[in-house]
Amino acid sequence: MRVLAAMSGGVDSAVAAARAVEAGHDVVGVHLALSRMPGTLRTGSRGCCTIEDSNDAWRACDKLGIPYYVWDFSERFKEDVVQDFIDEYAAGRTPNPCMRCNERIKFAALLEKALALGFDAVCTGHYAKVIDDGNGNKELHRAADWAKDQSYVLGVLTHEQLKHSMFPLADTPSKAEVRAEAERRGLSVAKKPDSHDICFISDGDTRGWLAEKIDMSTGDIVDETGAKVGEHPGANAFTVGQRRGLKLGTPAADGKPRFVLEIRPKENRVVVGPEALLAVDEIRGIRISWAGLPIQEAAFAEDVADLTGEPAVLLRSQTFDCMAQVRAHGDPVPATARLELRTDGSGGVQEELLLTLREPLRGVAPGQTVVLYQGTRVLGQATIDVARSLARPVL
Amino acid sequence: MYLDHAATTPLSAPALAALTSELSRSGNPSSLHGSGRRARAVVEQSRETLAAAAGASPSEVIFTSGGTEADNLAVKGLYWSRRAADPRRNRILVSSIEHAAVQDTVEWLEQHEGAEAVWLPVDERGLLRLDVLEAELEAAPETVALISVMWANNEVGSLQPIPAITALASRFGVPVHSDAVQAFASVPVDFAGSGLAAMSVSGHKIGGPVGVGALLLGRSVALVPVQHGGGQERSVRSGTLDTASIAAFAAAAQDAVAHLDQEGPRLSWLRDQVIEAVRRTVPDAVLRGPDPATDPTARLPGNAHFTFPGCEGDSLLFLLDMAGVESSTGSACTAGVPRPSHVLLAMGLTEEQARGAQRFSLGHTSTQQDVEKLEAVLGSVHERARLAGMAGHASRIETAGTRHRNAAPAQPADRAAASAPTATTRTDTRPTDTTRTDTTGTGSEGTAAHTVRTGAGT
Repeated sequence: MRVLAAMSGGVDSAVAAARAVEAGHDVVGVHLALSRMPGTLRTGSRGCCTIEDSNDAWRACDKLGIPYYVWDFSERFKEDVVQDFIDEYAAGRTPNPCMRCNERIKFAALLEKALALGFDAVCTGHYAKVIDDGNGNKELHRAADWAKDQSYVLGVLTHEQLKHSMFPLADTPSKAEVRAEAERRGLSVAKKPDSHDICFISDGDTRGWLAEKIDMSTGDIVDETGAKVGEHPGANAFTVGQRRGLKLGTPAADGKPRFVLEIRPKENRVVVGPEALLAVDEIRGIRISWAGLPIQEAAFAEDVADLTGEPAVLLRSQTFDCMAQVRAHGDPVPATARLELRTDGSGGVQEELLLTLREPLRGVAPGQTVVLYQGTRVLGQATIDVARSLARPVL
Repeated sequence: MYLDHAATTPLSAPALAALTSELSRSGNPSSLHGSGRRARAVVEQSRETLAAAAGASPSEVIFTSGGTEADNLAVKGLYWSRRAADPRRNRILVSSIEHAAVQDTVEWLEQHEGAEAVWLPVDERGLLRLDVLEAELEAAPETVALISVMWANNEVGSLQPIPAITALASRFGVPVHSDAVQAFASVPVDFAGSGLAAMSVSGHKIGGPVGVGALLLGRSVALVPVQHGGGQERSVRSGTLDTASIAAFAAAAQDAVAHLDQEGPRLSWLRDQVIEAVRRTVPDAVLRGPDPATDPTARLPGNAHFTFPGCEGDSLLFLLDMAGVESSTGSACTAGVPRPSHVLLAMGLTEEQARGAQRFSLGHTSTQQDVEKLEAVLGSVHERARLAGMAGHASRIETAGTRHRNAAPAQPADRAAASAPTATTRTDTRPTDTTRTDTTGTGSEGTAAHTVRTGAGT
């Protein structure tokens, strides 16, 4: 196959490319320029986007004896990832920019260009596995090393995208193994530190970065009953689950600490309440996608339409058991899922995922992605629209 | 197949012979003993040779580490000395299509030394607007420290009207520097006749080695040095002279200039073959820079530069490279990131148009087979590159997030049209990002020079 290896300059993508070469593929390394003004040297725990990272990727390609190019996706990245990140926060949601980058840049903009230029697949250093079911249908699975597993951030990929994805690190037992392999292959990035931070926020101060881009205005902090208990300088500065820095004037009746339960950007209100109400046991998800073919249980069964509610439920699927994971390195919890086709109040219909968690999760915020698993298999994902504790009254 | 001679061109045979012969010897040209004197004799012989090739006198040759250093030395050195003589002189009149070596140096002087840059516009062919230069000079001649306009543009090959520029400047007593890195030994360059105060040349663009160049500096021109030390090169450029590279540079210059009468027309003919081949294969490709058919003397002999609508320059480069044809999107870049060229933007192109740029540059090893090879692969390369589309456009691959949005029939606005310049506004502050808010005087109004440039020099 003709394989385009997306090279961040890190150890994972370098080893992934090396394995693709070794497997006999015709590999070309490409570094994505995502910033118009890249820094010269890497700082902190950002793992890409500087000229140093680009040079690291280049040196890895030299070692592997494959051509290397830098392609400019800065315009796309700015629009689809950075602006999206700002918009989502401004709307009171908590996005995952790495996931968005996978969805829109690496496996859409880059993949499209790669396919057009004659490549068959895009190869990355993600820890996840693509399996063929024997009929040419792809399934996404967790990596062998669950500690490094990155199937969550790939959960957004569709069948079409998975068909052209290659993750050579899938079966690697551990990251240490990858580093050792890089060392063996003489790749200079063998000891390069892992990246953690959001790549486009150079100093890691997400709040400060957002504050410069989102209009903040003072508003009310209310408790779970809707009673005003304080004021805030800007609702977007808060995170669900946050306890410190609330500066509440009115103490809770029971004297116990209160936590941010919800951010309501439209009303510019922050809802706080006791710890117990942080435990989310019901999630509604939108923008659903399947990482492969949808499972049969997710098909809409026509005979259960319930048109009495508002919005009306037009169609419902069967209920199915799965594991739900709401952040990249969070533990999955058992859940029961169902799909609903509802009216969206503006004349259209919307597919929704209704998820009942059998073990409640804390700190779940709208905008986050919930990825559904059955065993090691990634079924698909949805963007969390509503996350609530059933014990909490609806305001 | 190498079509990137403007980036660097292979060593010529005389240069290689001079280089290897000198590399096997030793001696510091500043030493007073026998081997020092021998090395010094080689340097001085080379100085005379280079001076003869460039129409200068030997004492006007200041050897440097290359074109970039020569540009830095000329622009900073002239600025400092002129301002020291009269503190009102803080304006630098500079073309908006300079190589980064001049462009970034001027910006640095703005940021650190109180200079004010006046970016002179060019017309749609990439030729300096002399009327604007004249207006800027007339407006306040006493405030002008220097003028810097390149002899030939490295991207689109436009040859600037140097004699007219120096004639204008001399009316006001303003020194002119020209970066002649691309012009020297490609077209006739006569320093003495040019009226220039300073002129930069480079070794590796003419068949000499990388890492050597020279500033030709008029005998009466005062210059404040940039680097200090042993006082070599008229005390303007300290540092031990690189005898071997200097000898090879001079040999390359002598050889290239001696053959200019034949090589110039040969490359012009080949260039016209490239232009015809590209136009035949891709009818909507647009030649940028002066068209030799209508402007036969306004373009470098070895330069053919096109924009390919709907294509990314980096897609074209990749596909050509894979097909064994080495070209460039315009000019090499440290990180390998192709940016929309400031030269093309200055010529009035939109960012989208500028992104589809590809430069084919010819040199002493180029042959007609190169043109045939290019024509043989360009058709399929272009077809694929066009299929790959523009990276700035939304991907056609449906994703979880775009599926719902794409269901709506909304079409993205035509970016080219949306970003086309609507008016020539003069802006006195430089934008902090790379979006250009100013165009360059291609309209009927707004012929004033502007103080805005794009952020990324390549």
